[in-house]
Amino acid sequence: MEANEPRIPGVTAPSVKTRPDNNNIGLPHPKYPLRDLIRKLTQNKKVVAGGTILVAMVFVVAFAPLIAPGDPMAFVAQANQPPSAEHLLGTSGQGQDVFVQLIRGSRVSLLTGVFVGLIATILGIIVGMTAGYFGGAVDNILSVVMNVFLVIPGLPLLVVLAAFLPRTPATIVLVLGLTGWPGTARVLRAQTLSVRTKEYVSAAIVGGESIFRVIFAEILPNMASIVASSLLGGIAFGIVAEAGLEFLGLGDTSRVSWGTILYWAQNNAGLLTGAWWTFLPPGLCIALAAFSLTLINYSVDEITNPALRSQRSGGAILRKLYLRSRATPVVPNEK
Amino acid sequence: MKNESQILAIRDLRVRYNSERGPVTAVDGVSFSIMQGEVFGLAGESGCGKSTIAQTILRVLRPPAVITGGSIEFRDRQVLEMTDEELASFRWREVSLVFQSAMNSLNPLITIGDQILDVIQAHTDRNKRDARERAAEMLKRVGIEPDRLRSYPHELSGGMRQRAVIAMALSLEPTLAIMDEPTTALDVLVQRQILEEIEELRTSIGFSILFITHDLSLLVGFSQRIAIMYAGQIVEMSYSSELVREPFHPYTLGLLDSFPSVNGERRKLIGIPGTPPDMSAPPGGCRFHPRCAKAMERCRFVAPQLRELKPDHWVACHLYD
Amino acid sequence: MELGVKYIFQRIGFYLVAAWVSVTLNFILPRLMPGDPASLLLSRISGRLRPEQIDALKKVYGLTNSPLPVQYIQYLKQVLHGNLGISIYNFPTPVSEVIATGLMWTLLLGLTAVVISFVLGNLIGVIAAWRRGGWVDSVMPPLMIFIGSFPYFWLAMLCLFVFGFELKLFPISHAFGMNVTVGFNLPFLIDVVRHTILPAITIVLVSTGGWALGMRNTMIGVLSEDYITMADAKGLSNRRIMFGYAARNALLPAVTGFGIALGYVVGGALLTEIVFSYPGLGFQLLTAVQNLDYPLMQGLLLVITLAVLIANFIVDLIYVRLDPRVRIQARE
Repeated sequence: MEANEPRIPGVTAPSVKTRPDNNNIGLPHPKYPLRDLIRKLTQNKKVVAGGTILVAMVFVVAFAPLIAPGDPMAFVAQANQPPSAEHLLGTSGQGQDVFVQLIRGSRVSLLTGVFVGLIATILGIIVGMTAGYFGGAVDNILSVVMNVFLVIPGLPLLVVLAAFLPRTPATIVLVLGLTGWPGTARVLRAQTLSVRTKEYVSAAIVGGESIFRVIFAEILPNMASIVASSLLGGIAFGIVAEAGLEFLGLGDTSRVSWGTILYWAQNNAGLLTGAWWTFLPPGLCIALAAFSLTLINYSVDEITNPALRSQRSGGAILRKLYLRSRATPVVPNEK
Repeated sequence: MKNESQILAIRDLRVRYNSERGPVTAVDGVSFSIMQGEVFGLAGESGCGKSTIAQTILRVLRPPAVITGGSIEFRDRQVLEMTDEELASFRWREVSLVFQSAMNSLNPLITIGDQILDVIQAHTDRNKRDARERAAEMLKRVGIEPDRLRSYPHELSGGMRQRAVIAMALSLEPTLAIMDEPTTALDVLVQRQILEEIEELRTSIGFSILFITHDLSLLVGFSQRIAIMYAGQIVEMSYSSELVREPFHPYTLGLLDSFPSVNGERRKLIGIPGTPPDMSAPPGGCRFHPRCAKAMERCRFVAPQLRELKPDHWVACHLYD
Repeated sequence: MELGVKYIFQRIGFYLVAAWVSVTLNFILPRLMPGDPASLLLSRISGRLRPEQIDALKKVYGLTNSPLPVQYIQYLKQVLHGNLGISIYNFPTPVSEVIATGLMWTLLLGLTAVVISFVLGNLIGVIAAWRRGGWVDSVMPPLMIFIGSFPYFWLAMLCLFVFGFELKLFPISHAFGMNVTVGFNLPFLIDVVRHTILPAITIVLVSTGGWALGMRNTMIGVLSEDYITMADAKGLSNRRIMFGYAARNALLPAVTGFGIALGYVVGGALLTEIVFSYPGLGFQLLTAVQNLDYPLMQGLLLVITLAVLIANFIVDLIYVRLDPRVRIQARE
């Protein structure tokens, strides 16, 4: 049984996608071309909710200087002032406007996330698909590499890497991308393996198409949803992990990001002075971003794997029947 | 039909479930009965609803399926009205089930001995040792060494697994054993062997069999009566000898022509053109009409009723109205 | 009884490779920095060091003038003997000694939290899947995803703030207070427990969701298998089916995934320690970073990695016990 990978705590990774299966009743399954998938996505409440949040965030990132003008690092008032009309989220332990920091810091946090997601996904595609496509010795070697990097705990490695390398924004992105790729690679490898044995791929290979064409034109489109899902997961990972590194003081503490706000909150003992506004908002923003991405991922899971869908078909009455007893219910005259 | 020896009576059974493409009526008004000690064959293409019936009799059909009409009467008891406790004692003890793929119906993490034990201990008061003896006994009867009690399913060959499943199904000596394509996954030689073994067991233990298959040839020598299903309905039903001798429904004719007769004369294999219908939107009128060589205008609009054309020979076809 | 020896050997081989990779990474990292690693290292920290420390550092890093492969062999030898160098910040205490205390505390916190969240999470997942459409199943997934979206360290801060600072229910830092004497006496033990509760709760909160969701999804898959239908048809009790047939099978992927998820949980646990100033490996890692104590940092990386690898191996052993298909070759 192809396992659904557990949702990794704290970080959102998509489940291993196999083809929709396990339909005891024997109906042929409709395929899921991209168009159909997109239509279903826009109809799904969770996706819409997640998507809205993301769009709002993109908006904030784009117009940050307009929404919260001024120098985020400037000292504007007394330290640790609670929220007021003038400073919507109060002031930090060093007298900076938390709201301005939050809005302007969104750029660093979210963009880092996006880049990390991109790097991890691209690397994952390259390694995963190569392993899945060629199989044999290539696959064995790459699989070992993948698994080794999956098993080595990420955080200590990240910490040491970030400590040794120069403190630039690029370092963080690079380092995170390099630790994030194995998860994607594994998923893509699994899917490539299963897609590869399909007839149309064999047909293309026999027909003499070049390897690249086969990979990109035949195999990749089928994995579009998985790649998209990995990308979203990678972005979520990037956002959370970046915050973690900044929190440890490993990032560039002279920039403003959600993570650095938290770093200063911890270092200025904001918690111990009751200044909840110094750490609550950035954490909520990070969570919101990660949550919306995960939500979309989770919904895509549900759409492509009908078994996981929360059972809404048949209405509430039927649901109660199924809960009460495992025996097939008798509902006369059900239309 | 004599009522004293009737053990199962299904009347106008309807089963529906909601798929993504709308409600699908998998079983649409099916009625038949099974007598004591009888082998009753149910034949049809995949998707016609025969497996659904098998699982419905035990009410183990998975959501989102619902039974929307009809009745299932087992020896004066209404299965559709049973409570969970009643079902728990009814299942396996009175009616047991053999699935097509033994590998799938066995839990891969539990030894086959323990899986048989489970059943014995759930339904009887035997202690572990007695239960184990009984399990070993059943395995011997199907030709498996008792030390295989400690084997896991993946350690057995396909044929042995199927025998083990059959042993499990008979361990409580049920009144009726439902066998859903029990030999389909096996090669022809093993198939024949197992069928013979089943017949032996049947005569010695004395249970009835509801034998479900898409392969009509298996039923011909094996069952007393046969019902042919198509698209959720029974289209013809009679004694097997009668059916082979004088099939009425065009679909039955097609099925009979679709397999080579090993012993008989050489015939041209015809097969039935077309594919089974989409059950979420079955054809109007007679469901078989799009594939029927003898379809008439009427067949497109009016659904034929199952009628007793000759004694104990039922057909649903406008050709004979 | 067959023990799946072949499988175990394969796994050992894999972990040896992984261990070798970590050790090699540790070797390469200080040499990664552009330029001459020795002087770069020294230029970063030289202001703070006494001459003896600088010399010790050079020796530790094998930043001698021998060729690279020789340095590598030497380094490997050192590691195999448990010599992880000398901590700069705690000079002249060897790194291994420093780590030993931290390891103890992290194990206490980590093992407790991980075991609780694994058991709790999987149980919730089983129940959610068994009662599909029930309130557990409807509420749990979005709730767990939501809680799991928060960074570990932020949740730690929140817990610290709410329970420690505002409500003053639990102590807010360290592993034990000032007014107890270390040792196997009851007041000390109780104090330790009190100090461990908040960080443990944080870790449990974030990681339970992961197990729960995973188990729920796996269990849903398992419940649609034919052998479950058969179990129903056999008239077995609900409890027997839920645990003996369904959960038992669903546990396999959970166990498999445990190893990988452990890496993330460890990371989260380390961050949590930092927030609570809990004197485990995480806290030591932070101080090492802040003080540019490279030997300690690398030693911590090595020890943490090895611990995770060992844990993974133990999990593999458990898996072999659970899955007969791996133990016994199929005979036809």
